[in-house]
Amino acid sequence: MTHHYREQIKNIANKYGNDRGYLMNIAQDIVKEFGYISDEMVAHVAEILNIPMVQVRDMVSFYSFLPRKPLGKNVIRLSNAVIERMKGADEVGKAFEKELGISFGETTKDNLFTLLHTACIGLSDQAPGALINNVPLTNLKPADVPQIIRDIKAGKNVSDLPQARVLLNLKKEGEVICAPLESGQAIRNALNMKPEEVIAEINKSRLRGRGGAGFPTAMKWDFCRKQKSPIRYLICNADEGEPGTFKDRVILTEYPDLVFEGMTIAGYAIGAKEGIMYLRGEYAYLLDNLEKVLAKRRHLGLLGENICGREGFSFDIRIQLGAGAYVCGEESALIESAEGKRGAPRDRPPFPVQKGYKNEPTSVNNVETLCCAARILEKGGEWFAKIGTKDSTGTKMLSVSGDCEHPGVYEVEYGITIENLLELVGAKDTQAVQVGGASGKCVAPKDFGRRISFEDLPTGGSIMIFGKNRDLLECMHQFIEFFIEESCGWCVPCRAGTTLLEKKFRQILDGKGTVQSLAELRRIAQTVKAMSRCGLGQTSANPVLTTIYDFADLYAERIKEEDGKLLTFDLQKAMKVGIEASGRTMEGVK
Amino acid sequence: MSTNVVTFTIDGVEVKSAPDKTIIQAADDAGIYIPRLCYLKDLPPGGHCRVCTVKVNGRPVNSCTYPVAEGIVVENDTEELNSFRRNIIEMLFVEGNHFCPSCEVAGKCELQALAYRLGLLTPQMPYLYAQKELDATHPDVYLDRNRCVLCGRCVRASIHLDKKNVFGFENRGINMRISVNSNDGLKDTDLTKDDKAMSVCPTGCLVVKRQGYLTPVGKRLYDKKPIGSEIETKTVKS
Repeated sequence: MTHHYREQIKNIANKYGNDRGYLMNIAQDIVKEFGYISDEMVAHVAEILNIPMVQVRDMVSFYSFLPRKPLGKNVIRLSNAVIERMKGADEVGKAFEKELGISFGETTKDNLFTLLHTACIGLSDQAPGALINNVPLTNLKPADVPQIIRDIKAGKNVSDLPQARVLLNLKKEGEVICAPLESGQAIRNALNMKPEEVIAEINKSRLRGRGGAGFPTAMKWDFCRKQKSPIRYLICNADEGEPGTFKDRVILTEYPDLVFEGMTIAGYAIGAKEGIMYLRGEYAYLLDNLEKVLAKRRHLGLLGENICGREGFSFDIRIQLGAGAYVCGEESALIESAEGKRGAPRDRPPFPVQKGYKNEPTSVNNVETLCCAARILEKGGEWFAKIGTKDSTGTKMLSVSGDCEHPGVYEVEYGITIENLLELVGAKDTQAVQVGGASGKCVAPKDFGRRISFEDLPTGGSIMIFGKNRDLLECMHQFIEFFIEESCGWCVPCRAGTTLLEKKFRQILDGKGTVQSLAELRRIAQTVKAMSRCGLGQTSANPVLTTIYDFADLYAERIKEEDGKLLTFDLQKAMKVGIEASGRTMEGVK
Repeated sequence: MSTNVVTFTIDGVEVKSAPDKTIIQAADDAGIYIPRLCYLKDLPPGGHCRVCTVKVNGRPVNSCTYPVAEGIVVENDTEELNSFRRNIIEMLFVEGNHFCPSCEVAGKCELQALAYRLGLLTPQMPYLYAQKELDATHPDVYLDRNRCVLCGRCVRASIHLDKKNVFGFENRGINMRISVNSNDGLKDTDLTKDDKAMSVCPTGCLVVKRQGYLTPVGKRLYDKKPIGSEIETKTVKS
């Protein structure tokens, strides 16, 4: 490992024009080539790009999918998200450990396999799931594991395994997203208007961002368009990483043309020539087909120079693959990542529409939002505004998973109640519904009459159902662990606060909590919520804050009455080291 | 380059400022202290510590990055915000490994001084006792990550004041650390003890060797006056 990699790294960097902005792509290609990126390789990349190695290390060390130590030839990433564990991921994990003779985080002696955990991979509707060498496997059972390992050892391609099958699971088709579209029709309609008129049409539809925050799309485009700058960018946020969401997987598989159509219209409306689709690293398996669709659209004159024969309107799209970081779904972190840096969110203002990608005005829109925009240009803003509720027009793609008969993706009108949704998906004896993923709200049965909408219960699309027999607080604990793993570390309240929250929460779950512990838990949670830098941090205490009142009984039954004893203090443990060091025994220490 | 002036209030006190300032800059000029840890006047803001969070029209924002605007209502010295700030300082104490009584920067440490000013007594949050690496490879300086609060001042100072790139970050989340521009410790970087980056550390993480304990107790920076008094004693009109 001294000289032979130097030439290859040079070639890789060369492929990207030795451009620092493509540092993430360069690192990803190195990992593809060598399986990891070592400190020496980091130094070498820095030398070629003529940037400080501390900056290269800064970026590389941030992402889960850029290992810095050699891994096995085959990398198994088993999802340990909440729904996955409800559906038996722990048992599947044990089967892998037994079959391979290693624990999670380890590599087999023959360097054939590395076993890792990963967060939600967008397959909660067919859980448990895993990525083996980036190929998704679904509906895994412990009994499947020995054969999987035997097949891979025998040289079989992972994609040829019977479990390497992603079901579409589109359970309800609505009229906005899941309808046929004649490619180019919406673009042609847009090109018959001025860009301002396209924005006015979107405004008429009252379309709001589908990522969860619900910012009016027309307003965002208008802000972006009005910035004084010759260059603007359009970014499609396809980094859906919220646990329990997988609707973009379905859209990108079934309706990629609709997404690209929407991106092109957005590009025309804001005056951008370049669009970027930021695709989460876990969806690398969708990349080939998406590139094919892009090529086809270029061939049809729907991308590239003079689109649909319109002199002067040029727009093209590149796909930026992420590398395993939930925080990159936050728009400013996504921009940093697309620039080849660590995915740390930015402070606002300035907002991305003012200073975004490469510090130019940038509109970042969700996959689903862009689909809606294309449909609006096809069928009109008024048509769209008639669907849904007053403040939440249109439909919403919901990813439904957990304790129900028919998990999958449902396109429903905004305004549907939780109760009706549960009926639709065949859920019975429901204890709670997690609306909006780990960062969302845990809704109790008393609130099942509430509606999915921006004005009541907003969601980016994740709906997780917990049945009566589930230990709800253990599920919340897993959400907190997820946030510890995914905190970017930039700011104190999120970096340290999430870990401290977990420690206090665990104490309570273990029956070592007192009334005082509950107050401590609230104090930490409220600090994290009020003081964190970005949406991830501000919502990372939600698993506690949205259950501590509505599910107060679950807490109360684990809290011991205070009797002056500190339940977390273990006298034996505290004295053990000292007693052993002095050569005495533990006898008599109670 | 506008000569305009914006007027707004901080805790009910009217403040006038040039429109291109941040809230913390305007407050400093007005002699109002907003507690802060990672912010330093001569560096671009980092937004790491969140201690300088204030409320603008009722919403928490970061005063070292948030621009002033006409008529905004800023809350700063309130019990709610001060308790959040105290909680953040507490988080830093339990996240790192800080032993004030034996630390060579006690008395001039900004973390310790903030704890005193904000009234933090003994931490109630659980200590994390994390393993952190010490880098003593350099002949003149050492880097003790046990005392690091990840304020990023050294990173920014090295870039913006020294025109070098000695420091950066590594890893993410609770495992994030300060990292240096070499694969073999500080000795292989172009850091010197006279770099501006050496004078900005708020704690005892990055210090010059053989200079500890030179100032006797009683004469240390914060022995007699609390942190922030240097701003509060400024006259409003200068």
